[in-house]
Amino acid sequence: MRCQPSTPCRHRPWRTTGFVNDSSKTLLAASGLGKRYRRRWALSDCTLEIPAGRVVGLVGPNGAGKTTLLHLAAGLIAPTTGMVEVLGERPGDGPAQLGRVGFVAQDTPLYSGLSVAGHLRMAAYLNPGWDGEQARRRIEQLGIDPRQRAGRLSGGQRAQLALTLAIAKRPELLILDEPVASLDPLARREFLRSVAGTAARSSVVLSSHLVADLELICDYLVVLVASRVRLAGDIAALLTSQRQRTGRPVTLDDLVVASMSQTGLR
Amino acid sequence: MIRFSWLQFRAQAAVVAGALALLAVAAAVLIHRDDGSVRTWLGLLVIVTPGLIGAFWGAPLVASEFEDGTFRLAWTQSVTRRRWMAVKLVVVGLASMAAAGLLSLVVTWWASPLDRGNQFATFDQRDIAPIGYAAFAFTLGVLAGALIRRTRPAMFVTLAVFITVRLAELTWLRPRLLQPVLLNLALNPGSTGYGQAGTLSVLFGSPTLMPNPPDLPNTWITSTRIVNAHGEGLTTRVLDGACPSINRGRGGGGLGHTKAPQAVVNALQDCVAKIGTTYHEALAYQPASHYWPLQWYELAIFLGAALVLAAACLSRIRRA
Repeated sequence: MRCQPSTPCRHRPWRTTGFVNDSSKTLLAASGLGKRYRRRWALSDCTLEIPAGRVVGLVGPNGAGKTTLLHLAAGLIAPTTGMVEVLGERPGDGPAQLGRVGFVAQDTPLYSGLSVAGHLRMAAYLNPGWDGEQARRRIEQLGIDPRQRAGRLSGGQRAQLALTLAIAKRPELLILDEPVASLDPLARREFLRSVAGTAARSSVVLSSHLVADLELICDYLVVLVASRVRLAGDIAALLTSQRQRTGRPVTLDDLVVASMSQTGLR
Repeated sequence: MIRFSWLQFRAQAAVVAGALALLAVAAAVLIHRDDGSVRTWLGLLVIVTPGLIGAFWGAPLVASEFEDGTFRLAWTQSVTRRRWMAVKLVVVGLASMAAAGLLSLVVTWWASPLDRGNQFATFDQRDIAPIGYAAFAFTLGVLAGALIRRTRPAMFVTLAVFITVRLAELTWLRPRLLQPVLLNLALNPGSTGYGQAGTLSVLFGSPTLMPNPPDLPNTWITSTRIVNAHGEGLTTRVLDGACPSINRGRGGGGLGHTKAPQAVVNALQDCVAKIGTTYHEALAYQPASHYWPLQWYELAIFLGAALVLAAACLSRIRRA
């Protein structure tokens, strides 16, 4: 199934208004995109298009190719087949393009021997658009000791530091790969609230296998199963059309489960 | 990116700089009080340092980024991965060369009053050659890490390849770098023995005449052969033909040195005199004047190899 261009979205809880990005622009476009590791295809023939100015939830079962798709979008790996464009450019194509995309990787990797302040210094050295004031303020508000080594932070603090590094470079697109998978419910909620706070300034693509996480902050949904887009579109529009079709209220969970299992809504 | 490389590397650099400073102070205090073993140990330190640099600075440079997953953090900043790799190679590579160079400088200075013998005996522990070894070992380690992506195996591979390359260079390439001086000497019956030399020739060679090397101070004798006027080597057949008695009897007893009976000594001297009428000793050696040109060649060769390896790192990291 191909993704349809969507209608303007309805507000989600916590969602702030006023986009910098023009929503008619394309955030991410992939066609025939594939990545092979030796003999195994981690992603094959993936075609999708996501409009800018959205908070996009990417869901799918393990092994669907979510991480591979996001790594391709962040320019960490190069495609084996097909093409991918992010904000109209090839990912990882020069420092300017890298500066337009913020990336928070799965398990939020940090240099365990380097202090929190050291990480902020690193990001300041490496990103011309770095907003040091904002980063310091965020760390202070979160109550994280800047002298603490990253290896000694709690899971929630690690995730928050990784998010701070990604957003204080002031990207146009923020990509998060399963950022809350290893967090406890409270830290998870805190983290998602922080992500929602950045949506005023940048588009967001967030992957998760939990629909409940996405429901809190996303307004656009992409369901990926075995490299194929099963369902994509504005969440409100998807729910409305399903309700009209079935004649009864449906939840986002119903929608996702139905599209994954390919049986359609009961 | 330079500042970031330094931010990550400064702790390790400080440890090594401290160790070097300590060594320099210790050497200044210990000077001239040599019991022989200090000089040997310092020489050994200069020899192993490049390998350790390759294993502990080179191999983890990229491998640990893969192992800890931090490459996803490093390569999504506003710096291309090629630039990231290039700056890391330059910063840590120059530090490696500086560390090995300073260590060699300290040891060379400290040992200079003791190094009155053969300069070539300490060729790879003195002067500028260790700088080249360090640059080579470091880039070798980085490439191994980028290919293997795991720190521990990359360290072992680095050490194994480095030792192999050094031995191959030492035994095969270095003697061929400069045209040696050739010297023909008559066989001296008084100083020519019979037997085998070298570990490998014990296994594969057969015993032959062994002239004692002449006393050529401060030279590196690269080959000693017994040849005739046509340049043909002495074969066992010719030797046995001239001296039928030479291969009889027991070889020199396995334990310790036993003095050969006078009759055997006389027989050998007669044999050497007989062989000496048609054969002579052909010597090839590097004179003292070749020491510094060889040091520069050695440095250039290993720096060149390091540049090739660095280019391989850059092309590898782009395709990662």
